[in-house]
Amino acid sequence: MNALATIQRQIQWNRLIAVVEEQAQTMIRTAFSTTVREAGDLSAGIFDLEGRMMAQAVAGTPGHVNSMAESVGHFLAKFPAHTMRPGDHYITNDPWLGTGHLHDLTVVTPAFRNGKIVALFANTAHIIDIGGLGMGPEGRSVFEEGLYIPIVKCFDQGRPNETFFDFLRAGSRTPVELEGDVYSLCACNDAGAKRLVEMMDEYRMESLDALAAFIFEASLRATEEAIAALPRGSFAAEIRSDGYEAPVVLRATMRTEERRILVDFAGTSGLSTRGINVPPAYCRAYSCFGIKCVVAPEIPNNWASLRPFEMIIPEGCILNAPRPYPVSVRHVIGQLLPDLMMGCLAQAVPERVNAEGSSALWNPPLRGGAQVSGQAAEVEDFEIITFNSGGTGARPTKDGLSGIAFPSGVRTMPVEATENVAPVIFWRKELRPDSAGAGRTRGGFGQIMEIGAKNDAEFAVNAIFDRVANPPKGRFGGLDGAPGWVGLDDPNGTVLRTKGFQVVPKGRHLVLKLPGGGGYGDPRARDPALVARDVANGLVSEEAARRLYGWAG
Amino acid sequence: MAPSDRPARVRLAADIGGTFTDVALEAEDAERSVTRWTAKVLTTPHAPELGVLEGVRVALARAGLSAADVTLMIHGTTLATNALIERKGARTALLTTEGFRDVLALGNESRYDQYDLNIELPEPLVPRRWRLPVPERLDNTGRVLRPLDEAALRAHIPFLRAEGIEALAIGFLHGFVNPAHERRAAEILREEWPELPVSLASEVSPEMREWERFSTTVANAYVQPLMARYLGRLEAGLREMGMGAPLFLMLSGGGLTTIETAARFPIRLVESGPAGGAIFSAHVARQRGLEKVLSFDMGGTTAKVCLIDGFAPQASRSFEVARVGRFKKGSGLPLRIPVIEMVEIGAGGGSLASLDAMGRIQVGPESAGAMPGPACYGRGGTKPAVTDANLALGRYDAASFAGGTLALDAAAAERALREHVGARLGLEPGMAALGVVEVVDENMANAARVHAIESAKSYEGRAIIAFGGGGPVHGYRVAEKIGVERILVPSGAGVGSAIGFLRAPVAYEVVKSLYTRFGRFDLAGVNALLAEMSAEAARTVAAGSFGAPTTETRLAYMRYVGQGHEIAVALPARPLTEADVPALRAAYDAEYTRFYDRPVPGSDVEVLSFAVTVSTVVEEVLPAAEVEDAPAPAPLRVQQVRDTATGEVSPWPVYDRAAMAPGARVAGPCIVAEDETSTLVGPGWSCRMDGLGYLELTKERAA
Repeated sequence: MNALATIQRQIQWNRLIAVVEEQAQTMIRTAFSTTVREAGDLSAGIFDLEGRMMAQAVAGTPGHVNSMAESVGHFLAKFPAHTMRPGDHYITNDPWLGTGHLHDLTVVTPAFRNGKIVALFANTAHIIDIGGLGMGPEGRSVFEEGLYIPIVKCFDQGRPNETFFDFLRAGSRTPVELEGDVYSLCACNDAGAKRLVEMMDEYRMESLDALAAFIFEASLRATEEAIAALPRGSFAAEIRSDGYEAPVVLRATMRTEERRILVDFAGTSGLSTRGINVPPAYCRAYSCFGIKCVVAPEIPNNWASLRPFEMIIPEGCILNAPRPYPVSVRHVIGQLLPDLMMGCLAQAVPERVNAEGSSALWNPPLRGGAQVSGQAAEVEDFEIITFNSGGTGARPTKDGLSGIAFPSGVRTMPVEATENVAPVIFWRKELRPDSAGAGRTRGGFGQIMEIGAKNDAEFAVNAIFDRVANPPKGRFGGLDGAPGWVGLDDPNGTVLRTKGFQVVPKGRHLVLKLPGGGGYGDPRARDPALVARDVANGLVSEEAARRLYGWAG
Repeated sequence: MAPSDRPARVRLAADIGGTFTDVALEAEDAERSVTRWTAKVLTTPHAPELGVLEGVRVALARAGLSAADVTLMIHGTTLATNALIERKGARTALLTTEGFRDVLALGNESRYDQYDLNIELPEPLVPRRWRLPVPERLDNTGRVLRPLDEAALRAHIPFLRAEGIEALAIGFLHGFVNPAHERRAAEILREEWPELPVSLASEVSPEMREWERFSTTVANAYVQPLMARYLGRLEAGLREMGMGAPLFLMLSGGGLTTIETAARFPIRLVESGPAGGAIFSAHVARQRGLEKVLSFDMGGTTAKVCLIDGFAPQASRSFEVARVGRFKKGSGLPLRIPVIEMVEIGAGGGSLASLDAMGRIQVGPESAGAMPGPACYGRGGTKPAVTDANLALGRYDAASFAGGTLALDAAAAERALREHVGARLGLEPGMAALGVVEVVDENMANAARVHAIESAKSYEGRAIIAFGGGGPVHGYRVAEKIGVERILVPSGAGVGSAIGFLRAPVAYEVVKSLYTRFGRFDLAGVNALLAEMSAEAARTVAAGSFGAPTTETRLAYMRYVGQGHEIAVALPARPLTEADVPALRAAYDAEYTRFYDRPVPGSDVEVLSFAVTVSTVVEEVLPAAEVEDAPAPAPLRVQQVRDTATGEVSPWPVYDRAAMAPGARVAGPCIVAEDETSTLVGPGWSCRMDGLGYLELTKERAA
């Protein structure tokens, strides 16, 4: 290849990444579900005709990484590329062919240039309602969790599949938003395809094969180099989740080899009867993300850069849920996997790994009105979810982040906006003092949230919270973060279960205390000026500062 | 100038930038013929007014005028922005709703980079110990759920005094719907502590979304004392010089305002320099009758692009200042104020190139700055900057760069390119330079593409107006990448923002939130709100328009119920009637379809907020006269230049811009050189000087 072509390949790769970013931004601007437009719970990418992901938008959430990447292959198995026509759009929410629960829609769209199919665009978005029990852990099989969409065409050569849309609307509590979201997903793939064709015209490219080969080769080589630089060995770690009916142990043994990292989840607990089970693609997604953040954060996601991370997930364990096990809230287990991976990597590269964090989102699904109180309802029907987070784990040279989503990449919505879409009042939402795990660098602080319905009416929460019985652990002498707490604002401090549907009685508020992140290193080695700052800011009590940090103030 | 020839109107504009303070002066005689003088002096960061006063003196001396002759003075400054970036504002406190003390710290609870475990988030301008809770609560309709606890509020005052607080922000949840609690709190503060400047969220940024609103209010309070002191000193300095003319300030939204309004809402001044650049472009577009242009301003550290349709830059309501993470979206402090919509990326002459783990060339946002500067400046820089790459491509003449004031070291540039880019990729310095320039051009083209998509605009039939030191150098290649076939390089581009100030109208925009749905449109409520907003905007403008005719525009920000992002739809500037409602709904669907191809069936539309702008009418511009063709000048020299599209090296003639006559045409590939920049005319392009002295580049289709 001559020098100019070398440079042009780079430019084209940059352009592809810009194209998928545009695709994602289009979705964020046009989507209806707050989960997409406010929270950014989505992903977008471009694939070659063999279903290999060439580029993925950096906007988006890691849980969709490589679960969406695997998904396109399933679409091609059912609808081979040569049968696709311009204007076709394909859709599914099958947890085992998509990204792990019925609330995620994946849409695949072929891109054509001069009548010839040249690539596929795919995206995934978490929509607000898909019928069934709603977002929560209570289902005992996937069939209770909502409307199940096999891989079908939602648009056929530009014409909407009205039968599909009829079923879709009939099966959701929020039909207008859901239909609008499907339109938005299709529009964003179209936007990507249009940009791609412009680039191919500019560089007179007949196919993407050569570019794909270049991207895959460079990404694989860089990833392998990053892996080769790690100490070789076998590193085991374990983490405990509160589980639903019983605590869950997640265990992993990671082997670093010359060109790959192999993770074996042997020893992990068995399946749950409730919706916290994790389909295997989702397990790979979050495990891969956790490793990649530490080992090769700057290498873009694509088929080749994800390939050197291999997972053995034994059958029958909670990380390899088979159909039709319930999987609705698989994130509550899945989002602990980066902490588990870092537990392994802490033995190989301690200076690059964080302490454990709150990790699993604290996203309370709230419901009220007749669906909770029947004819006694005192508020209009509502169904909302907000995305909130506790503290992240302390970093080797920096404190953890307070009330920040990690590993999930979602955003929360303003309280004012939430109160405008549903009859709820947030009475309190602020940082939780003394919740950060102490350390040379401390964890991030959790939050305290207190939520009621308007006029203090009855409402319900479909709890999906973790890290209550098993707080985030510190590393290398750092202390654990504060455990979470779920309960009511009554004088007895009534405690609620961490998982499952529960009614908050009239006159009461729901109180959530979100966990803090674990600390890193000996707290007594912490810079006293930083301790004093936290005390002055009312985030660390004087008593705790003296006891944990030896503060003399 | 003899007293009898005193010009009828003398207008002066000063723009304080990071390195230079630019002054432009225009004098208009009785026949309305305008003469312009400019001055460029070093910015004086410790006391910026000194640089302004010096620049004004220089410009007046050049024009042979005295300060007393000036009839209007316009000023823009980055002072507020710098204070926010450098954290040099006032000791600011925030009184806020109990239970919501940490809104500024929590933001939207997200990370702006998914994979970087070591990101830093911007520290709030107000530390937690100065964010004080007050018991009170309103619901989303403004109903009081919990009355304001005045005793609790008063109890905070001794602590604030003890802490030496210099400015105060007050922001309560839903306070934009019902400002009663914020106003009462301000009243109490005024009683107890009259000299403390207070900013109310319901006045600074009366829109939904507590984080953005509080952030804006706090930033306003934070820069207020500093700006008030500065404006006071400047005014005094100008008076001392003998200037009696009124002083106007440039707003980030592109209008001018009085010093009183500026002192109240100094946060609205943050982006005034770039706004001046956009107005400069809009004026050039108007002079040439170009309906659709892209303003492209590339300087030393950043490039700014801005779409201008119908001679008006696009307006936006949100902006991020003081980004901490490599210019990344989400890493700065959110501000919700009227601004000119533009995209700024870390791409300038000083941007540094390196290779990433995959051997991909990366350019910026790290910049060599003025010290040490690019490697070729010979001041100790060893990393290759975009300027080094341009030199290695043969685009600059080492001896005559910047009018010969700075001799460039070509060997140092090649060494830097070889070491940091070429060696690992097996590229000679010339090709490494090509890679660097192609990457930075692609980065700018990508930014321009995204900007167009976000605005649902296209580049078809659009012209680029290129200025700043790098704009004319990189313009033609960026144009090729986005499919633009015409570029204009105006004269005076070195002081473009200051000239832009002279073209800006006196204007003020009021934005307020009021929620309503088309299904049950609150006609009376909307009309009452618009009338009140219109009166407020008109009052603010009247203070500075001296009876000049004004025009009013009204916008409603709407979306399908449940959607997250609003689209602006124009409203008539009069009370709405029943008949307007369906027409507006239809206008929304049409606008939505323009953005996203198809409307969404079955969904109601909601209105979230309204904007009313009152503005003086922009002066008419005489159309530029056609000029006869003139002979091309002889080239100054010939340079061996590598073409970045093909990699081929060929001789490019270099012409002196000052030697070109209006009507002269030169064919690409060639370079038109001037002291402040060089205009590259790529292969297949030609360049003609128009009647205004602007260079017009056009791409020959057959090339």
